[in-house]
Amino acid sequence: MEKPVIVEIEKTIDETDGIKTIFIKHSIEAKPGQFVMVWIPGLDEKPFAISYLEKEKFGITVAAVGEFSDNLSKMKEGDKVGLRGPYGTNYCLEGNNIVMVGGGYGAASLVLLAEQALDKNMNIKFILGARDKNKLLYIERIKKLVGEENLIITTDDGSMGAKGFVTDALKELLSKEKVDKVFSCGPDKMMKSVTELCTENNVKGEISMERWMKCGFGLCGHCCVDPIGIRVCKEGPVIDFELANKITELGSYHRVKSSRKESLEVKK
Amino acid sequence: MVNVETELCGIKLRNPTILASGIVGVSGAACMYAAKNGAGAIVPKSIGPVEREGHNNPVLTEFEGGFLNAVGLPNSGVDSSLEEIESAMKNSGVPVFPSIFGGTKEEYGEVAKKISVLNPQMIEVNLSCPNTANDFGTPFALDANEASEVIKIVKENTTAKISAKLGPNVPDIKAIAKAVVEAGADAISAINTMPGMVIDVKTAKPVLHNKQGGISGHALKPIAVNCVYEIYKAVNVPIIGIGGVSTGEDAAEMIMAGATAVGIGTGIYYRGIDVFSKVSYELQKLMDELGYDSIEKMKGAAHK
Repeated sequence: MEKPVIVEIEKTIDETDGIKTIFIKHSIEAKPGQFVMVWIPGLDEKPFAISYLEKEKFGITVAAVGEFSDNLSKMKEGDKVGLRGPYGTNYCLEGNNIVMVGGGYGAASLVLLAEQALDKNMNIKFILGARDKNKLLYIERIKKLVGEENLIITTDDGSMGAKGFVTDALKELLSKEKVDKVFSCGPDKMMKSVTELCTENNVKGEISMERWMKCGFGLCGHCCVDPIGIRVCKEGPVIDFELANKITELGSYHRVKSSRKESLEVKK
Repeated sequence: MVNVETELCGIKLRNPTILASGIVGVSGAACMYAAKNGAGAIVPKSIGPVEREGHNNPVLTEFEGGFLNAVGLPNSGVDSSLEEIESAMKNSGVPVFPSIFGGTKEEYGEVAKKISVLNPQMIEVNLSCPNTANDFGTPFALDANEASEVIKIVKENTTAKISAKLGPNVPDIKAIAKAVVEAGADAISAINTMPGMVIDVKTAKPVLHNKQGGISGHALKPIAVNCVYEIYKAVNVPIIGIGGVSTGEDAAEMIMAGATAVGIGTGIYYRGIDVFSKVSYELQKLMDELGYDSIEKMKGAAHK
């Protein structure tokens, strides 16, 4: 039934710089890449990637960037929210040598995928990037998972790791090593670059797209993308490079709440 | 297999399934996607005079018999919507009937005029959104005089055919249908959703942010079939039957009640985006089985 169930917050942890993970006491059958809709009654409801997944609970990582996320990140143990999902497509692990490319909050779904890949004994390289060191998520968790030597950090300002973008690091990696599949989640422009870079190098992979979602299950049409019209909530959010190459609005514009197009240039 | 082409006010449709307004058709690409999945015609999401964000989430929720929605008519406003409608018309490969709304009668005229630069074959006039009463007051479709005045103004502002979209929650839908046809409507789209509410008992809060919403899906079907049946008796214009159609048999019911074509919305949830192809195919098989060789022959069969 596509109706929120009321669930309880078990605990919250601080990840970094005002970014929190909220653990919800609820058993959910989800795969890395899928998302849930979280409802604060009387306020709004928004999609969140699942960043932690255990038997009896799961976590979503929240950055306070607006009224809804401010309210959500202030929530405490015992507070209640509504929950729907999981929805959408998931990542598909293949090959032995895989690379995760996470930018900013995009690392959320990839770190969960890395856990799954580790269970399958895959070799994982994790490229993690952000504007500055305070925006880098899950550093310790990723180090524990893949080993320090397999974590490559980039920051726009050089405050940690290499100065530059994740795509610079990916380019170098692709030139040196055999890569079977790349998984990427982060800002649109970054994923566009990752898609192009991998396509040029004949490396397959998947990205996880983000668009304004209303219903989450393919009826309202708000997250349909140009020019092919697929629904990010249903045929996505995880799509392969082949499909991503057909989406001309990727890295260029998105639609706001009314459905008006807005260039991604105005957002940083 | 029998031919399931149908004709609506002289406009040929390859099959009688139409993407109903409000579902999926937010952009030109979204409309094209529905057409690619078999829709015989497309009615995009309603367009108003100015940009509207619509309601906060949740805008859609499910109950035992169907769905309840209050999306709140989000749209980018007629001026910037023109490129989306144009793209839908260019890329869908099937007829596209823009849907319009306004807060006042004059606004309907204004939007109709602006949309008409694209020369659509038909415009659907959404007189009956049940979810914007806080902004716009009672829907025009609930009153025969109000509804016919809107149709008159739209008529003055376009040369396109006009279909009036009516709501089910009226004492006598025949009277409303007669009034809009007298005012110049060339077709009737029946019906819009039926007002309803779903409450979450743990929080004692209505689930939809707008509290009230419109019922769609299975629960709406018999209500819609009844309305189409009543309207068919009352007026002599084509009817687009909308409400709970998700199978070929549902479509056949609607056509036997008097519909010339059927709208599909929530059926996308039940059957997938290719519900249009599925319904057309199932309808074709059913017509073969029942011995109808055209939609025209099946239309209104339940009245005989």
